[in-house]
Amino acid sequence: MGAIGLSHYLLLSAALFAIGAIGVLVRRNVILVLMSLELMFNAANINLIAVSYFRPDLTGQIFSIFTITVAAAEVAIGLGLVIALFRNKDAINVDEFNLLKG
Amino acid sequence: MDQIAFYTISAIILGGGLAMVSSRSLVHSVIWMVVSFVGVGALFITLSAEFVGVVQIMVYAGGIVVLFLFVIMLVNLDEVRRMEYLHRQWLPAVLLICLLIAELGFMMWAGSQDSPLPTPEQLDTTLRGMGGNTETIGMALYTQFILPFEVVSVLLLVAMVGAIYLAKKHI
Amino acid sequence: MNLFWLIPLIPLVGVIVNGLFGRRIKSEKVIATVACATILTSFILSVVAVAGLAQLPAEERHVEIVLYDWIPSGVAHLSDGALHAELAVFNVPFGFLLDPLSAVMILVITGVGFLIHVYAAGYMHGDRGYYRFFTYLNLFIFFMLILVLGNSYGLMFIGWEGVGLCSYLLIGYYIGKKSAGDAGKKAFIVNRIGDLGMILGILTIFFTFGSLEYSQIFEAAHEYPLGAGAITAACLFLLVGAAGKSAQIPLYVWLPDAMEGPTPVSALIHAATMVTAGVYMIARSSALFALSPIAMTTVAIIGAATALMAATIALVQNDIKRVLAYSTVSQLGYMVRACGVGAFSVGVSHLMTHAFFKALLFLAAGSVMHALSDELDMWKMGNVKKYMPTTHWTFLVGCLAIAGVPGLSGFFSKDEILWYAWSGPHGHPIFWAVGTLVAGLTAFYMFRMYFVVFQGESRMDPEVEAHAHESPKAMTVPLMVLAVLSVVGGYVVIPGVLRIGPLAALHQRFNLVEWLAPSLGGESHAAVATTRDLLLASAQPAIGLLQEAEVAAEEASHGLELLLMLTSSTVAMAGIGLAYFLYIKMPRRADQLSEKFSGVHRVLWNKYYIDELYDALFVNRTMDAGDALWVLDDALVDGTVNGVGHATKRSAAASTAFDNMVVDGTVNAVGYELTRSSRMLRAWQTGYVQNYALIIALGIFVLVSAYLFL
Repeated sequence: MGAIGLSHYLLLSAALFAIGAIGVLVRRNVILVLMSLELMFNAANINLIAVSYFRPDLTGQIFSIFTITVAAAEVAIGLGLVIALFRNKDAINVDEFNLLKG
Repeated sequence: MDQIAFYTISAIILGGGLAMVSSRSLVHSVIWMVVSFVGVGALFITLSAEFVGVVQIMVYAGGIVVLFLFVIMLVNLDEVRRMEYLHRQWLPAVLLICLLIAELGFMMWAGSQDSPLPTPEQLDTTLRGMGGNTETIGMALYTQFILPFEVVSVLLLVAMVGAIYLAKKHI
Repeated sequence: MNLFWLIPLIPLVGVIVNGLFGRRIKSEKVIATVACATILTSFILSVVAVAGLAQLPAEERHVEIVLYDWIPSGVAHLSDGALHAELAVFNVPFGFLLDPLSAVMILVITGVGFLIHVYAAGYMHGDRGYYRFFTYLNLFIFFMLILVLGNSYGLMFIGWEGVGLCSYLLIGYYIGKKSAGDAGKKAFIVNRIGDLGMILGILTIFFTFGSLEYSQIFEAAHEYPLGAGAITAACLFLLVGAAGKSAQIPLYVWLPDAMEGPTPVSALIHAATMVTAGVYMIARSSALFALSPIAMTTVAIIGAATALMAATIALVQNDIKRVLAYSTVSQLGYMVRACGVGAFSVGVSHLMTHAFFKALLFLAAGSVMHALSDELDMWKMGNVKKYMPTTHWTFLVGCLAIAGVPGLSGFFSKDEILWYAWSGPHGHPIFWAVGTLVAGLTAFYMFRMYFVVFQGESRMDPEVEAHAHESPKAMTVPLMVLAVLSVVGGYVVIPGVLRIGPLAALHQRFNLVEWLAPSLGGESHAAVATTRDLLLASAQPAIGLLQEAEVAAEEASHGLELLLMLTSSTVAMAGIGLAYFLYIKMPRRADQLSEKFSGVHRVLWNKYYIDELYDALFVNRTMDAGDALWVLDDALVDGTVNGVGHATKRSAAASTAFDNMVVDGTVNAVGYELTRSSRMLRAWQTGYVQNYALIIALGIFVLVSAYLFL
């Protein structure tokens, strides 16, 4: 296949992104949805780092550090939300959370 | 050599991801998520982003996974087991995502025809010449990117406060 | 003399005072004084004005005063065949003309009018509408003066209509009596028919000459050839008008019925003045009539026929006022016939003398009625002379005058008419013969009335006889004055053959024909253009020619004139004698005659059934037309109105339906559509976050595709 070029990394990140997207859209469990979301974040990070490697530029790595930080914060909030939801409805089935229906 | 490393790590990442998405048990999903994260960290290290890789392992595979496990523990597991597996919209979703990826792939392929990418040999020497990765990143972070750094720290504070407030019992 | 325009306006003052305040003026004396004073003032002014006129030389006796332009309306196009074929302005100026003809008229009107006012002051004593009577009477004098003093046909027409109105008001004066109201209506309507002819005549004149003023018209008339079509037409139309006002055939039927009015009204209006308006008009238009032999002949024939017919009807009437009425119609026929044969001035002279003795006769009849508690039937009277000597003598004078007994006024004027009927330019012996016959009949029926009423045995109701008395001074004095006038009034028209001795001197000083000549320019024309000379005549006015003709005619035919005069006098005497015989000597013979000729008697008594004929032909047809129109109105007009109402209601219903279905439907449909479409859109709001995420992914896909491929 020849040398590993940028396109390989990009394809990998795309594939991981796809897997994460499928997980978000398909699974009913709220926690699992959040986990799939993390996968998508990771895909983006791979992308950033790969491009940073191939440019070569350090900006990509720094960007990915920030991304990781933000992702962590977001997970914390998200899980806090899940706990609050669970306390109110006593369910983590996405189907249950349809108050916006109409 | 590089190729073997790349494909192996890729397989780990993608496999872990797939397993995570398709697992019936939440805890299993978490385990597979950890596997995937570690793989990603390894990938980062191969790309001469050692600092980022380590941070990845520490934050993701360490902190986030622990968070998830705590929450899973707080949620009623019996309920989880009784749940229906897939969402009603799984088919259109899968199709759509495949289309999207196909499109992105096409875009990348088309793009890469125009501008040739630099070869790894050139890169290695360049990056090595920049000194250790951590030092370099540290330098950049505290001079060039000081503002985002401070903002992110505030963000973390906000997130912490928010998470505490959201999760605590009503006073 | 330049103030003569005041003459018609002073009676108007009387009208205003009596009309507006008469109700409140309780005293009869005051009302009567106001009314009579205005007429007296007008009379005095007339005398002064005429005296002033007489001082002017003959050709200049023509004073016009224009007060102001009354109807200055726009221009009118004249007929193409007219000699004055330019644009004319239809202007009716309010102007008065004083010339010999109008001078005679105003003297007669105001003089006789004044005497009748005085009489009426006594006659109407005790009547409830006293002030109304005098208001109308003054109003009548006002209009009559306007009629004769006007300087244009427009002003004459105003007076014409005005006297017609006053005639209606006065005939129908007794508003309680239905017959009085009917008579008033009949007079007005028949007059109206005549007025139609009048209007057509006036308009024809306007379209031919471009003006309505006498001076302009008669000047221009000289340029027209004899027998011009327009002029003949105008004259014939005017004749219709005169027939209506002066009670000629076929429009005389109103005059006998007009006797429903109070007697002074009959005296003033239907004897002395209003009915003479037609004759005045023909005389005034003499210039036009003279140009049309056809019209002249028509006038003469109608006049003669009317005279004869009326006289025959008068023979058998029993109502004293009716007899006098038919006598008036007959005498008017005389006057009209005089004009028809070309002797306009003689016709006017007969107008004057007739005013005197006819007014006298009417007033005397009124006096008799007043004394006998309003009895009208002469067969219920008799030997009245015992109770009313003054009335008796004055009535006798009047009868003598009307019969044409020599020495009184009637003789002179009537004889001149008969002479001209024979020998005048348009005359013909047959006119003379008819005239003489009528004179005989007139004498007969007048004296029949005299003998039956005043002489013989009394046939009065005893109650009535007990109250019979002579009338008060206010009534008898005018009678006496008029009697005097009836005697001497005729000496201004002395026939040629009698101009001998003292009469010749009189003739030199007072000659009515000569006085009137400047006004009646038509006489000279008539003298020149006879029917026989139609081919040779050039229309040159020539007073000299007239004088020559006159002198020649006089010299050559004095003998003939004398003969004719004797014949007519004899006929008159014979009439008187026959009346005496039939009604005094052998009263039963009258009854026997009437039985023998009962058929004729009945026809005459029923006035030739003319009234019934008119009724069937015109009156009933008009009422039928009225009924038909009423049906039309009811069915068509009301039907249409109702139909429109229905249609409106139905269209309103349709409109409502439209509003309900279409308009409301549209609004409802819009609302319904909104609801339905929103229901579709609601399906998108599932409330599931993952659905929303799917849509987001879809959106990304679309955007990327767009970026790639577009």
